[in-house]
Amino acid sequence: MIGPTLSQYLVFSALLFCFGLYGMLTRRNLIAMLMSVELILNAAALNFVAFHHFLYEGDVGGAVFPVFIIAVAAAESAIALAIIIALFRHKNQLDVQDADSLKN
Amino acid sequence: MTSTGFWFIDHLWLVPLLPFLGFLVVGLFVQKSGERPASSLAILAIGASMVLSWGAGWEYFTANLGRTLVPLKFEWLRFSPTLIGNMGVLVDNISVLLILVVTTISFLIHVYSQGYMHGDPGYPRFFACLNLFTFSMLGLVLSFSILQIFIFWELVGVSSFLLIGFYWNKPSAVAACKKAFIVTRFADLGFLLGLLVIGYYGKGFDFIYLTSPETIKNLEQTRLPLLGVSVLPLSAILVYAGAAGKSAMFPLHIWLPDAMEGPTPVSALIHAATMVVAGVYLVARLFPLYAATEAGLMTVMVIGAFTSLFAAVIATTQFDIKRVLAFSTLSQLGYMMLSLGVATMDNPLGFTASMFHLTTHACFKALLFLGAGSVIHAVHSNDMRDMGGLRRPLPITHATFLIACLAIAGVPPLSGFFSKDEILAAAWNGEHYVVFAVAMLVAGLTAFYMFRLYFMTFWSYPKDMHRFEHAHESPLSMTFPLMVLAVPSVFLGLVPFSHYVSIGQLEHHGVSIGHLEHHGINWWIAGPASAMGLAGIALAFLLYFHPNGVPGKIAFAFGPLHKLVYNKFYVDELYLFFTKSVIFRFISAPFAWFDRHLVDGSMDWIAQTTLLAGNKVRSSVTGRLQTYLFWSISGAVILGAIVWQIGGTVGWTLAFTGLGLVAMMFIWQFVLQLLNRSEPLKRIKQD
Amino acid sequence: MGLLTTIILIPFLAVIVIGLLPEKQTAWIKRTALLATAINLGLSIYLCLDYLGKIGWSGANPNTGAGLSLSYEERFTWLGKLGIQYYLGVDGISVLMILLTSIVIFCGVFASWQHEHRVKEFFCFLLLLVTGVYGVFAAHDFFLFFLFYEVAVLPMYVLIGLWGTGPKEYSAMKLTLMLMGGSALIVVGILVLYFQAGKHSFDFSVIAQAKIPVSTQMWLFPVMFFGFGTLGGLWPFHTWSPDGHASAPTAVSMLHAGVLMKLGGYGCLKMIYVMPEGAKMWGTFFMILTTVNIFYGALVAIQKTDLKYITAYSSVSHCGLVLFGLATLNQTAFQGAVVQMFAHGLMTALFFALIGMIYGRTHTRYITQMGGLLKVMPYLGVSYMIGGMAGLGLPGLAGFIAEIQVFVGSFALNSVFHRILTILVATSVVTTAVYMLRALTRMLYGPIQDEHHEHLTDANFMERVPLAILIFMLAFAGIFPGWMIRLIEYSLAPVMANLQ
Repeated sequence: MIGPTLSQYLVFSALLFCFGLYGMLTRRNLIAMLMSVELILNAAALNFVAFHHFLYEGDVGGAVFPVFIIAVAAAESAIALAIIIALFRHKNQLDVQDADSLKN
Repeated sequence: MTSTGFWFIDHLWLVPLLPFLGFLVVGLFVQKSGERPASSLAILAIGASMVLSWGAGWEYFTANLGRTLVPLKFEWLRFSPTLIGNMGVLVDNISVLLILVVTTISFLIHVYSQGYMHGDPGYPRFFACLNLFTFSMLGLVLSFSILQIFIFWELVGVSSFLLIGFYWNKPSAVAACKKAFIVTRFADLGFLLGLLVIGYYGKGFDFIYLTSPETIKNLEQTRLPLLGVSVLPLSAILVYAGAAGKSAMFPLHIWLPDAMEGPTPVSALIHAATMVVAGVYLVARLFPLYAATEAGLMTVMVIGAFTSLFAAVIATTQFDIKRVLAFSTLSQLGYMMLSLGVATMDNPLGFTASMFHLTTHACFKALLFLGAGSVIHAVHSNDMRDMGGLRRPLPITHATFLIACLAIAGVPPLSGFFSKDEILAAAWNGEHYVVFAVAMLVAGLTAFYMFRLYFMTFWSYPKDMHRFEHAHESPLSMTFPLMVLAVPSVFLGLVPFSHYVSIGQLEHHGVSIGHLEHHGINWWIAGPASAMGLAGIALAFLLYFHPNGVPGKIAFAFGPLHKLVYNKFYVDELYLFFTKSVIFRFISAPFAWFDRHLVDGSMDWIAQTTLLAGNKVRSSVTGRLQTYLFWSISGAVILGAIVWQIGGTVGWTLAFTGLGLVAMMFIWQFVLQLLNRSEPLKRIKQD
Repeated sequence: MGLLTTIILIPFLAVIVIGLLPEKQTAWIKRTALLATAINLGLSIYLCLDYLGKIGWSGANPNTGAGLSLSYEERFTWLGKLGIQYYLGVDGISVLMILLTSIVIFCGVFASWQHEHRVKEFFCFLLLLVTGVYGVFAAHDFFLFFLFYEVAVLPMYVLIGLWGTGPKEYSAMKLTLMLMGGSALIVVGILVLYFQAGKHSFDFSVIAQAKIPVSTQMWLFPVMFFGFGTLGGLWPFHTWSPDGHASAPTAVSMLHAGVLMKLGGYGCLKMIYVMPEGAKMWGTFFMILTTVNIFYGALVAIQKTDLKYITAYSSVSHCGLVLFGLATLNQTAFQGAVVQMFAHGLMTALFFALIGMIYGRTHTRYITQMGGLLKVMPYLGVSYMIGGMAGLGLPGLAGFIAEIQVFVGSFALNSVFHRILTILVATSVVTTAVYMLRALTRMLYGPIQDEHHEHLTDANFMERVPLAILIFMLAFAGIFPGWMIRLIEYSLAPVMANLQ
């Protein structure tokens, strides 16, 4: 059976993580940032699955974790979106650079 | 307690204690119940202690013990297992003599004050303080150790503060009491240092121990490190500084004339019986120590002689009746001191003479002050230029005052003649001819200024008719002490004094008592001295008996010199300049400035720097999500790198992380400022 | 439950009881506080007498050993893994300090009887603070010691910040921060001692007998001395004291200057016990600093016109004498230093109580605006005068005993330099007299400056009691110093043995 190797999976997830990171650091729109967070989470989940598949086939832990991550990501997005909506109502835009009332 | 076999001597500790109880009772409980209970209680206390002292004196002198007794001794303060501050009662001829003088004169002054202070709102307080003063002085006189004497010494100082400042709403009295306390306190610094020197090198505080030949020899042979001075003269001079302060020797005399701001009985008490003789007493008490050192004796003698002359000169120009008497006291104290200074252990005539003069002086000076008080009471003025012709309205005061004046002038056969003669003889025998000459001159000056005072007050003619007409003789409570005091002023000189009082512990020094006795009157000395006195009186008679313009002309002729003397050689001004301008302005004020601005300033600076640093770092908190993110990610990366690099040792890793974070914050701040993108900082500045 | 635990717990229980009382019941709150402090005063007097009975009232000092002989020991393991114990025990010096604390807090409660603003919280914090102070004096475990030390120092911030006068926030912050700075040094020192001793114990005696290496003592001793010295008013870290005391309310000033500043000296003495080599090395250095304290505190006080500032600077000068006595490392001077702690505690409590009462009447603290007060308030005036006399070291009052012992002790250091220091320190008796008399005469003597002052009233009963107690103790300790010396010399033997 020929398929991607473990390192290919890992490289892919690292790329995914870096995209997410880059997005988080550079995008000004909150929704875009949220999407970047999802990317990072998915990169982590992918790592889990890959390790599970190649190294600990019999162990169930590696397979369960992505499920948790998905659940947590869903909850997190819900909260984040709620905050985003609240912020949008308040400021009428979603630029994070202007949402700096916590500064100093 | 070791019994001496004499009842009164055994109970001598009651002598100081009774006035102290009087002070407590009058001071705490009898403040509001009027005059009678306060004065009665105070007089009762001092009277009882007078009776006790007379009993003890009678026992001591009739038994002709001539030795030192210690009826009471206990450990008071332990400095170290070997250095112990004892307290107790020391009985020898001078302490017995002094308690007789102190209790008797103090008693008479108490009685006198009953009349003098009548109607004063502070009447009970006055008697409480008088009792306290007497207590302190008696404790001082009976001291067993130099530590104890220092303690009562300070108490004397504080009681004088209370009494001189008795009229405490009068600013001049306030200044005077402060001055008296601080000047004597300054002198006590010397005493304290002397005490330390003696305590450390002598290894003991008890007088009996200190005056023993072994200790003196030990002190003499000990030398200070580095300076190489023998300890003995040093300690003698340091202790003398304290004595000079209390006895108002030049240049520490400035408090005494000002101390006249107190009520007249207080002046009498300070000048005659208590405070000022403390210094003379201290030197006498430590006399063996002084006698062993040339420098110590020399200091005592020279300062004594100088003060004596200095004060006598000033006294001739003053117009305030009490101030003339004050300067006269200074002069006479100088006499006593110089007399101690000319004595030695082999030839202790000066010692005896000094104690003799102390006693006679106490009597006639108390008489003079109380008489002056009576005059002031009558005319309500201190200025001699307001008086005159008072012999008629005040006959008793006049008579007793005349006796005292004759006594102090040294007219034979009154008491002052004998004591003064003995001092002169001592100076002559000790071959101190300059001192002898000074003493002779002072004898003449004394007679002159005393009779100047006398003639201006009682003869001449009334200058202020209003005052004169209202003048009347004082009540019996005031004249009675005058009459009593007049008796010893006349006859005390006839007591064979040297038979009773001489330097203690004779057997120790291998000198027989017979050797010390005063060999009658040496007319080669007494004659000229009496002549000087009479000349002084005559001069005063010529100038002041009938008012004339001569004194004014003389004063005018000497112009600046007179002014100099009249202003007491500007010593006060010198002190004032030194304390006000130098110490207050140039030492204390800069210190205060230094404290507030530099020391405290540096503390505030640290706080402000921290605050500033906080403000700087604050700008790194931008409030922007992405900045935080950047930080957390870089932190994670660095942490990871460190853990990876060093591996394992958690402590190190954490330390590096902390350091790295702080460093990065600063670097980041620096970069921001470099790029001039530091908006938050700008906004802070605008706020 | 042992006597010492009882003494520590009683004020703490009072805190709880007061906390449970309704806020409106101010009278009951005050009574509770008074009751607690009265019980403690009784217990402390009992402790003192009982201890004296144990060691004997007179005779030669029986204690010559190197070990601290503690009494009333209570000991059980608290945090076993780290070797932390709940270990209480007192020696004579602690007994004296506990007595001082009880007297001052008892008088302090009396002095704050008129207090009306947020009474409940005020007494809670005050008693909490006292709990800490008792704990410090009773603790024999370093950790416990530090714990109580912090309990004693921290409530001060609230007490000054809330109930103070003038620039109270600034003063409270300054005081707390500077003392915390000192604490930081102390906590570092404690940890170093713990690890260096290597005995897995915070016990004072264990650490002292473990012989800390000289190289450690060399740097650690000054760190610790500065740490404790900050609280003891060591120059140049004394500047919290004038501002802090000036802003603090009466009872707090009393307690702080009277007792808390003594914790500094007490801690320094413990440090000398633990690190004798370091003490020998640094003794002269600290003598110089404390000479500055004494000499300069007095000179600065001459310039001040605010009564509280005068008293605060006199405290700097007097507490300097405590530290000076300690730095001389001489038995006699140690005795003097401890007596000075006691004497200064009493007299400064007296001063601050009086200043509070006078300020409550005249509404000014500037001596330039007062005058002739002796006439309108003789009781307060005479009390102030006695306090002043104690301050300038008048024999018959406790201050003199301390001064003369310190002087005699420091004079025993036989070198020219030390002699010069001693002489400089001794000149303070004159400068002290100058500022004391200046304040006294300005305030009490002379004509009345302000016609409003004509109708002021003298002290009432609740005010007279604390003053009378403090004055009585000052005089008692001054006239009969033997028992204090007895307590102190007994407990100094191990310190001296360590120093040999």
